[in-house]
Amino acid sequence: MITRAGALHALESVTDPELPVLTIADLGILRDVRIDGDAVVVTITPTYSGCPAMAEIRSDVVAALTRAGAAAVTVDTALAPAWTTDWMSQQARDKLRAYGISPPTAGPSGPVDIPLSAVLGSLGARGRAAVGCPQCGSPDTEELSRFGSTSCKSLWRCRSCREPFDLFKDH
Amino acid sequence: MTRQTSRNEAPAGADVATYALGLGDDVLVLAQRLSEWTARAPQLEDDVALLNIALDLVGQARNLLSLAGGRENPGRTEDDLAFWRDETEFRNAQIMELDGGDFGRTIARQFLVSAWHVPLWDGLRASTDPDLAAIAGKAVKEARYHVGYARHWLVRLGDGTPESRRRAQAGLEDVWPYVGELFEPDPVTERLVTAGAAPDPAVIEPVWREAVEAVLAEATLAVPPTVRRPTGGRRGVHTSAFGPLLAQMQHLHRSHPGASW
Repeated sequence: MITRAGALHALESVTDPELPVLTIADLGILRDVRIDGDAVVVTITPTYSGCPAMAEIRSDVVAALTRAGAAAVTVDTALAPAWTTDWMSQQARDKLRAYGISPPTAGPSGPVDIPLSAVLGSLGARGRAAVGCPQCGSPDTEELSRFGSTSCKSLWRCRSCREPFDLFKDH
Repeated sequence: MTRQTSRNEAPAGADVATYALGLGDDVLVLAQRLSEWTARAPQLEDDVALLNIALDLVGQARNLLSLAGGRENPGRTEDDLAFWRDETEFRNAQIMELDGGDFGRTIARQFLVSAWHVPLWDGLRASTDPDLAAIAGKAVKEARYHVGYARHWLVRLGDGTPESRRRAQAGLEDVWPYVGELFEPDPVTERLVTAGAAPDPAVIEPVWREAVEAVLAEATLAVPPTVRRPTGGRRGVHTSAFGPLLAQMQHLHRSHPGASW
């Protein structure tokens, strides 16, 4: 029979298929793990509503826990509280940068009380820190496209080393 | 028991199902329209952006249609609802199904709809129905990126060359007559508003209008005169553009029922 600690250890092998350097725990996708008799009940949350990796993550969770000796695995999906990049650990941010992706920059997103900015001011108004180039570290960077190769990334370019790079979007 | 009485006594669950079906059909149909830009957008970055937006909308549609189908008795799955209903059973607002036209019209429609989605989802986060609130809590973050993208392009087109400006203004005027439906009162929404389960369209409209007028001014585009067309998308009345869209969206699933890969 598997313990909760054993289950958590086994889940350290489950990574995001689009970001193989990050585990689902690093990303904040893994919300809860509990033991219910012989079964392990895992709760995960999607990053974006349409994240196409959820089905693969779900089957990877089942496979990892089954390999670790779980007799039965249930994977629940919870939408609330909504996933936020604020849940990413510092270690996860460091791993992302080392992998060549600039980590999210903004602080927590609070409710916006001015009607106009509630609709329009939501992106620039979050007090973004400078986006540093993950290759050379220069803060002299520019956004090329707000949408990138996956839902969670936007496309940037470094004006110092001229290399393009992905930024993990604030969410 | 008369029809009217039975409707008044319907449990809130049925109202939530109807409401979620309308909002879910909105995003499903708009996602299908956006996906028509696959490999055809003006540049690669916009191909990627429009498809990313479509992917977010499909995800929201899956959540909303699963909720709607799950509250029915007997229940239906998201696939039952997306692929096995005919035109008159869809409850999307007509603005979603309009032909995407050129890039100017696609961007104008996207801006007007996303600028409505942001306050809609933001208000729905406080819904007394926890499932609606959870879906909205994710959707509002996504809609903020969508409105940012559409605003950027609307300003760039409107305040750009004479040709881009002409097309942006024409696109805006093509879709403008259909925005009124987004704020139209209906009995289901009114009951949900009273129950604290949905935001009041009459509260959302001025928020939307202020944002739209500000961006059109920024884009040096004129606010079109208010022309309201006959509506009815929420009752299953659709435009001639809708049938071909549905045929393309549904034919694979209907030709190969139960297929998977």
